[in-house]
Amino acid sequence: MAVETSQSVAKAAGAESARGPGRRTEKNPGRLRRALSTHWYAWSMVAPVVIVIGVIIGYPLARGVYLSLTDANEANVERTIGVNHIPATYEYVGLDNYTAALTDSVFWDRLGWTLVWTVSCVALSFTLGLVLATMLNRKIKGRGFYRMALVLPWAVPAFVSVFTWRLLFNERGGLFNKLLAGGGFDTISWLNDPMWAKISVIAVNVWLGIPFMLVALLGGLQSIPGELYEAAEMDGASAWQRFRHITLPGLRSVSSTVVLLSSIWTFNMFPVIFLLTRGGPGDSTEILVTYAYRLSFVVSPRDFAGSAAWGVLILLLLSLFAVVYRRALRKQGEVW
Amino acid sequence: MSSTHSVPSKSSTEQARQKVRGRGERSPLASVGLHLTLLVASVIAVFPPLWLVVTSFKPKTEAFDTSLVKDFTLGNYSHVLGETAFLDWLGNSLLVVGLTTVIGVFISATTGYAVSRFRFPGMRPLMWMLLITQMFPVAVLIVPLYNLLATLGLLNQPIGLVITYLTIAVPFCAWMMKGYFDGIPVEIDEAGRVDGLNPFGVFWRLVLPLARPGLAVTAFYSFITGWAEVAYASAFMTGEENLTLSGGLQSFVNQYTSDWGSLTAAAVIIAVPAAIVFGLAQRHLVSGLTAGATKS
Repeated sequence: MAVETSQSVAKAAGAESARGPGRRTEKNPGRLRRALSTHWYAWSMVAPVVIVIGVIIGYPLARGVYLSLTDANEANVERTIGVNHIPATYEYVGLDNYTAALTDSVFWDRLGWTLVWTVSCVALSFTLGLVLATMLNRKIKGRGFYRMALVLPWAVPAFVSVFTWRLLFNERGGLFNKLLAGGGFDTISWLNDPMWAKISVIAVNVWLGIPFMLVALLGGLQSIPGELYEAAEMDGASAWQRFRHITLPGLRSVSSTVVLLSSIWTFNMFPVIFLLTRGGPGDSTEILVTYAYRLSFVVSPRDFAGSAAWGVLILLLLSLFAVVYRRALRKQGEVW
Repeated sequence: MSSTHSVPSKSSTEQARQKVRGRGERSPLASVGLHLTLLVASVIAVFPPLWLVVTSFKPKTEAFDTSLVKDFTLGNYSHVLGETAFLDWLGNSLLVVGLTTVIGVFISATTGYAVSRFRFPGMRPLMWMLLITQMFPVAVLIVPLYNLLATLGLLNQPIGLVITYLTIAVPFCAWMMKGYFDGIPVEIDEAGRVDGLNPFGVFWRLVLPLARPGLAVTAFYSFITGWAEVAYASAFMTGEENLTLSGGLQSFVNQYTSDWGSLTAAAVIIAVPAAIVFGLAQRHLVSGLTAGATKS
C-alpha cells in the first residue's frame, strides 16, 4: 500500500517535472503542484489584474522599448492607405536614439526644467498644505466651511480648472491683467513670456495640488494622540518644539507617501502644461512627458522612436528616484 | 496649568485673562490671524471655479468683462446643449468612464483581497508592479498603445479608450482596495470558512458587502481619473462626434476660435456633478489612500 502510494506520487511528480518548465520542479518534485493546490485561489484572484497589466501595459512597454531601439517614424511604420497595405520598413538601430537624446541639449534643458517644476511644485504644495492643515487641526469656528472651500480645487476636474485659469490669465481681457491695468500697472503676458509662463504653470499646479496634501496631512494630524501634546506642554515645550518634535515625526509615514506619490504625479503631469501653454512659448514650459508627446503626435514627421526613447528615459529616472527614496526611508527605519 | 499663583507679580488684568484662557486657546490676535489666513486661502481656492460659474452666465461678447453679471443669460448653456456636439461628448465620456469603472473596480477588488489576505508566491513582485505601473509616463505607452489599437481597429472606438484607462485605474484601485480589506477583521473570513464557504464565497458574500464604502470610493476615484484624462483622449479620439469631454472642451478654445462663453458653460455642466459626488466621497478617499499606501 505504502509502496504503491509513493510510486504513484513519484509518477505524478515525474509527469509534473516533464511538463514543468524549469529546473526548480526537477529539484523539488511536486513542489509546483503543492504550491498550486495551496495558492490556486489567490492566484486566480490576482489573475485578471496580472493579465490586464501584462497585456495592456507589459506588451506596449516591451514594444515601446523595442521601438526606442529602431528608427520608426510616421513614414516607415506599417500602415494602410486606402486599399494599399504598406509593411513596416523601420530598422533596428541599437542605442542611437538614446545617444541622440542624451547628447542633445534639448533633453538636458527639458530635464532641468522638469526637475525645477517637480521640486518647486511638490515643495510649495506640501509646505502650504501642511501650514493649512495645522491651522485647520485647531479648534476654530467655521472649520467645516474652510475645509470645504480649501478642498474645492480637487473636486473640479483638473482640465476644467486649467481652462478657468487660462481665462483668468488671458493676455488681453483676462481678469488679472484687467486688475493690473486698473491699478495702473503694466499688464503681464502671463502665458506668452517664458519666465511668467513658468511661474504661471507652477502656480496653477500648486493650486491644484494643495487639497490632496491638505486632506492627507489633516488625516495624519488627527491620528496623532492628543496626550503627546499635553505631556509636552506639561514639560514646558514651546509651540515650535511641539510642532518640531511631535507633529513632524507623527506625520512621517503619511508625508513620505504623499511626497513620493505627488513627485511621481507632478513629474508626469501632462494635462496642466499641455492645456495651459501647450509647452509654449517656444518649448520653455515643456516638461519631459509633454515633449515626448510632442515628438510622437505634434511634430511632422512624427518621431515614434525618439518619443519612445524619451519615454524609457523618463521611466528609468522615475524608477531610480523611487528606489533611492525608498532606500532613504528604510535607512530611517520605515517599515515598507 | 498656567497657574496664577506662580506669577503673583503680574497685574490683575493679565491674571484675569490667563485664568480664562485654558489650554489650547489663543489670544484674540492669533485668532484673527488664523481666520484671516484661512479666509485668504479659501478665497484663492474658491475664486477660479466661482469665476467660471459667473462667466458662464454672461453673454458671449462679455466673457472678459470684469463686472459681475450685468446681463444675466442662459444663452451659453442653451447654445452648448443645443448647437454643439456636447451631448455626444458627454455620452462618450459616460460610456467610456462607466465601463472603466465597473471593470476596473471588480478586477482590482479581487486582487486587493488576495494581496490583503493571502501570503502567496509572487505577492511582493505584484505589489511592486502595482506601485511601479503608477509611475509609467504616458510617453512610453502612448505610441505602442496607439499602434496596438490601430492594428486592432480600436482607434476612435470607446472600447479602445476603456482598455487604455484600465491601465491607469487598475493599479491604483487595487492598491486602495487592499487598504480597505486590511481594515476588515480576518475573523470574519475565518468564521465564513468554518461555516463551509470556499475562499470565493467568503470574498463574494462576506467581505465584499462589508467593503462597500471602499468599493464606492474606489469606483469614484477611477471615475474621476477617466473623467479628467487628457493625453490619451486627445491622441486616440478624433472627429467631433468621437471626442470625450476633455477633448471636446479643447475644441472651444484653440488657435482658431475662442468661444469662452460656450467653454465656461460646458465646464460648469461637467464640473458640478463631479464636485457634488466628490464632496460626498472625499473623506473616505484619503483615508483609503493613505491606509493602502502605508500598511503593507
